[in-house]
Amino acid sequence: MSRPGTPAPPRPTRERYRGERRKVSSALWALPPLLALGLVFLYPLVLVVRQSFTQDEGGPLSTAPYAQVFAEASFTDAFGNTVLIALGATAGCLLLGFALALVIAFVPFPGSRAIGRFIDVFLAFPSFLITLALLFVYGTAGLANGLWADATGAAGGPFDFLRTPWGVLLAEITYFTPFVMRPLLAAFSQVETGQLEAAASLGARPARIVRKVIWPEALPSLAAGGALVLVLTLNEFGIVLFTGAKDVVTLPVLIYTKAILDGDYTGACVVAVVNIALSLALYALYRAVAARAGGARTPSTGGDGHRARA
Amino acid sequence: MSAATTTAGTAAGGRAPAAPSGIRFDNVSVAYGENVVLDSFDLTVEPGEVMALLGPSGSGKTTALRAVAGFVRPCAGRVLIGGRDVTGLPPHRRGIGMVVQQYALFPHLRVEDNVAFGLKARRGRTASRAETAARVAEALEMTGMAAYARRHPRELSGGQQQRVAIARALAIRPGVLLLDEPLSALDTRLRSGMLAELARLHRDLPDVSVLYVTHDQVEALTLADRIAVMDRARLRDCGTPQDLYRRPRTEFTASFVGNANLLPVTAGPDGTADFAGTRLTVTPAEGAAPGASATLCVRPHLVGLGDGPNTLHGRVTEVQWRGATHRVYADVAGHRVMADLRELRTTPEHGSDITLHFAAEDAVLLPAGAGSTDDE
Repeated sequence: MSRPGTPAPPRPTRERYRGERRKVSSALWALPPLLALGLVFLYPLVLVVRQSFTQDEGGPLSTAPYAQVFAEASFTDAFGNTVLIALGATAGCLLLGFALALVIAFVPFPGSRAIGRFIDVFLAFPSFLITLALLFVYGTAGLANGLWADATGAAGGPFDFLRTPWGVLLAEITYFTPFVMRPLLAAFSQVETGQLEAAASLGARPARIVRKVIWPEALPSLAAGGALVLVLTLNEFGIVLFTGAKDVVTLPVLIYTKAILDGDYTGACVVAVVNIALSLALYALYRAVAARAGGARTPSTGGDGHRARA
Repeated sequence: MSAATTTAGTAAGGRAPAAPSGIRFDNVSVAYGENVVLDSFDLTVEPGEVMALLGPSGSGKTTALRAVAGFVRPCAGRVLIGGRDVTGLPPHRRGIGMVVQQYALFPHLRVEDNVAFGLKARRGRTASRAETAARVAEALEMTGMAAYARRHPRELSGGQQQRVAIARALAIRPGVLLLDEPLSALDTRLRSGMLAELARLHRDLPDVSVLYVTHDQVEALTLADRIAVMDRARLRDCGTPQDLYRRPRTEFTASFVGNANLLPVTAGPDGTADFAGTRLTVTPAEGAAPGASATLCVRPHLVGLGDGPNTLHGRVTEVQWRGATHRVYADVAGHRVMADLRELRTTPEHGSDITLHFAAEDAVLLPAGAGSTDDE
């Protein structure tokens, strides 16, 4: 505490020296991961963005490649397919994931714990495996059609949707639903049994308990799971490829087609940049919504910001 | 709480009649597989009565309460509320109010919405929108929480949250209020205050039957009209607090409801008993025939220092100062005797001789093994 007008005593030189040394040491520690990040992630990204603005090799940067790609019907279709499938799959995952997590968490039945653990294992499966499994069940020569043919004597079965957008949607919902369930199950495990019992004792039926007690507790987890699934489905490539749905072209498939099959690297980079921008925009939207929801959940303290004491 | 006290009478005065009151356990048993957690439980809680279920952990008291609430299904017997068999009814159709240890308030709802929860759940069955608002205000006033209506539960202290939980349970005007260790999460000072609050609330709502589960004998003795003592899934004893304290019928009750000296004696004729060669005058018990082994129960605070009607000579093994009293432990013929003596000016030395006495009316004879936990 120095008196007014009296200059504060200078910090001891040794202490100041130590402080500066600590700062330099921290910066040195941060440097390797930053360099690795730049080299492995940011530099290739910059190359992709740069390529997307390069019409002629060695020529000036131009927006012409964007105009060209945006004018293509294949891009418009792919963009529409990507958004529709991603939104549809996300909605399906949220609905199915919420219902399944609700049953696993709150309806006691033998094996519910094992199923809960299986969800973790399921998350580690590759996406094409699920598609392959669906092909075995619903494919042209799959189990369902085989059973139908055996039962009716017909040459083929009625199940022929795997190569349509509905097939992609089914495969994506099947594969990504656990991504919604995992955070939901974690959230449900935090819901006090006492709250559910109190609600029931107060006269609430099960549907009301779900709506008024469980649903509000699940919202942040649903938002997190939903955002994750939305971003993953926007960029999903393996499932679309494995269903063999030739008419269902999404942005990742278009990138593959342009880069590998057509040799149009600039066009592929344009679509890739659009895909990245779409993902980032959705992520930003999610953060904004989450922040707003978080703000709404933070209670007003009515002038008393502290937890009251009795 | 003064505001609450003054308004409570008005609120109570204008109240519509509560739902059917009174609880009856009719030979209720609950088991999880082979594990019987409530065994042939028979008990009646009269309309307007406060019944405490008192017992150690695992005695079955919470299971009994949950059987009334509908959260456990008896494997035998019936549960009746207001004379109606509710054994097969789901919880939401039983018309009960329930308060649990950890309050179980809904964290995303404000206090007023928490209290209105039950009324909204029943809207169409009982309460209109205007009536809901009125009842919420009434319940919050009764519990002294009207000023906190717009707050969220996390902005309240433990005691305030407990009051909101009680207001929420009372708002639906239940005939039966179930309290499952409602004060155990509070510190000693708050607990004492809340006990007084609960007693006042029950005076304001005399028609409501209260089933109060606790392992705390002070809560049970303070609040209950009657206490049901439970141990190992069975009802061991039931009576008024005064009865159970002054005239316990079992060793378990004697030791669980208050502290007790339990001395092995041989029952003698004409209200006498023989303790280690010393003839004592006691209050006789049924079933303790002359010559039979029995247990003598004497409360420590009823043991005095010096000679008296029933004198015991022993040696001091420990002296504890407890503020207003000294607890003296003495070894009498190989048995430990406790005496709570008004603060002594000169405390007896450890190992010194001591003479203790007690009155015949304070010494209750219990038949040996009565109500012991292995008597089945």
